[in-house]
Amino acid sequence: MENHNESHIVPFKTYGIILAVLIVLTLLSVAVTQIDLASLTVFTAILIAAVKSGFVLVYFMHLKFDNKLLKALVGAVFILIALVMFVTFLDYNYR
Amino acid sequence: MSNHESETTTHVSFREEKGKYKGIFAWIFSTDHKRIGLLYLYAIVTFFLVGVSLGAAMKLELIAPGKTIMNPEAYNAIFTLHGVIMIFLVVVPGLPAVFGNFFLPIMIGAKDVAFPKLNLMSWWVYIAGAIIALSALFMGGGPPDTGWTFYAPYSFKTNTNMLPAVIGAFVLGFSSILTGINFIVTIHRMRAPGMTWFRLPLFPWTLYGTAWIQILATPIVGITLLMIVGERLFHIGFFDPALGGDPILYQHLFWIYSHPAVYIMILPAMGAISEIIPTFANKSIFGYKAIVISTLAIAFVGYFVWGHHMFTSGMSGTALYTFSFLTFLVAIPSAIKVFNWVGTLHKASIQLEPPFFWAASFLFVFMIGGLSGLALGALATNVHLHDTAFVVAHFHFIVFGGVGFAFMGAIHYWFPKIWGRMYNTRVATTGWILFFIGFTTLYLPMFFLGIDGMPRRYYDYVDRFHGPNIISTVGSWVLITGLIIILVNLIKGAKSGPKAGKNPWGGRTLEWEVDSPPTLENFEEIPVIERSPYDYR
Repeated sequence: MENHNESHIVPFKTYGIILAVLIVLTLLSVAVTQIDLASLTVFTAILIAAVKSGFVLVYFMHLKFDNKLLKALVGAVFILIALVMFVTFLDYNYR
Repeated sequence: MSNHESETTTHVSFREEKGKYKGIFAWIFSTDHKRIGLLYLYAIVTFFLVGVSLGAAMKLELIAPGKTIMNPEAYNAIFTLHGVIMIFLVVVPGLPAVFGNFFLPIMIGAKDVAFPKLNLMSWWVYIAGAIIALSALFMGGGPPDTGWTFYAPYSFKTNTNMLPAVIGAFVLGFSSILTGINFIVTIHRMRAPGMTWFRLPLFPWTLYGTAWIQILATPIVGITLLMIVGERLFHIGFFDPALGGDPILYQHLFWIYSHPAVYIMILPAMGAISEIIPTFANKSIFGYKAIVISTLAIAFVGYFVWGHHMFTSGMSGTALYTFSFLTFLVAIPSAIKVFNWVGTLHKASIQLEPPFFWAASFLFVFMIGGLSGLALGALATNVHLHDTAFVVAHFHFIVFGGVGFAFMGAIHYWFPKIWGRMYNTRVATTGWILFFIGFTTLYLPMFFLGIDGMPRRYYDYVDRFHGPNIISTVGSWVLITGLIIILVNLIKGAKSGPKAGKNPWGGRTLEWEVDSPPTLENFEEIPVIERSPYDYR
């Protein structure tokens, strides 16, 4: 059980860039509603939201600097949620 | 954990330990995992007795066709309250909150959970959620009448007190999430030296699988319940077809949580049974790794079977076939566990004591519950059985039979460790016999009633259903008689039973190496683990 107590100083500029990316993605998720994507509408919204939460996890929550086990666990959660959505849309897309 | 006096009083049990507070405050502000476990126990048993009383009232109403003791509105409210109390306040916290809190740190060789203050906060959040949910009873409008599932569109149209019940369930979800986070971190970070993942006892393994479900599935029902609040207060249109919403979306969101929630309930129950059986068989558990893998498989596959609650809702054919297939798939790891438990008993020298009776009867009722679940998982039979008494019987065989019997087994098993005293085993056996006979008499007729077409959640029925309903109601009286005997015996045992030694059953896991009751910090020295948890013979 080794401890990971090293601190990681992330440059302020990196946080600024990530914030800008998040704002752009938010605007994109609003803009994309103007296009009729039919059954892919929800998928697109969720995809953009997933990318945004990925940025938050990796940079703001320091997942980038965590050990492989934690990365794997968080990755597994993303896969699980994606599968749950896939199964849900087996209803909506084929109704 | 700041009391350094324990250095000089190492054999003072956690109950006698003097802390910062006195009296009841020494309990409700304690961060000791054992005290918190017992706080949950007392709260859960209290709510359980309320739930049993409501269930008994429903059975009494059904003893004859027509009105017996209540009108239809009261019946609707009572089955809703029975469900909400039993699910959200009793079986979901159930074994993890009581025995998980008490025994997880001891079984992995730790002094407490990873976040003791968060643990206390979980209990307080649980109590706050319970108070909010139950406040629905005492406000104008009357208690909710939707059933514990709060199905849309009725749940945002009924004039009863939906909001307190829904917000209460939302708050209770936080307690569940906090406990889950605590257990995952505790198991990852606080295992004693030498306790590798495959030396972890099976009860902590099931708590680990459960904790993942708690933190990943509970937020979904939390958001769903908030959507009901939004729908009722602001008419947003998530679920209301008149506003462009989809009522089936509610069912999806609700069951994405609530089916895995069944595994939150049953996995720790399976863990407790996996501890009891090898101890009383005096034999190593058969297929340790198979049980571990099946635990994780149940936790994973259990996420994808929620649609079997919705076979008659109007889902697409593709979804119906997929959910039916996945439902059959999840039966496999459950069956693996049963084979392993039975395999452990093969050629064993079995001690016939009350915890073993509960574990053996768990196998019996769990098999009936599980196999009747396959009848519901198959598309064709589901259409016939959906929303009938068959579903109620199946559900109670799994949740009351599975979780309830395992809880009873666990409390009889760990009782001498928790209270340092022993109950009267003969009285406990009598209580078990009556409870078991009452249970089967109560629920078996409901399978036949359901196949014959008796719908669930109706306060009245046609004359041809009368006979089995009488048998079922009488069964509820026998069950309650057994329950009273069990409770009185346990309370007497805790107060004045003969003193129990460290290891009255001959268990091999770490909790049987510490004092009965354990000291504040469980171990004088953190043990070094050099063997499997079940090295009997």
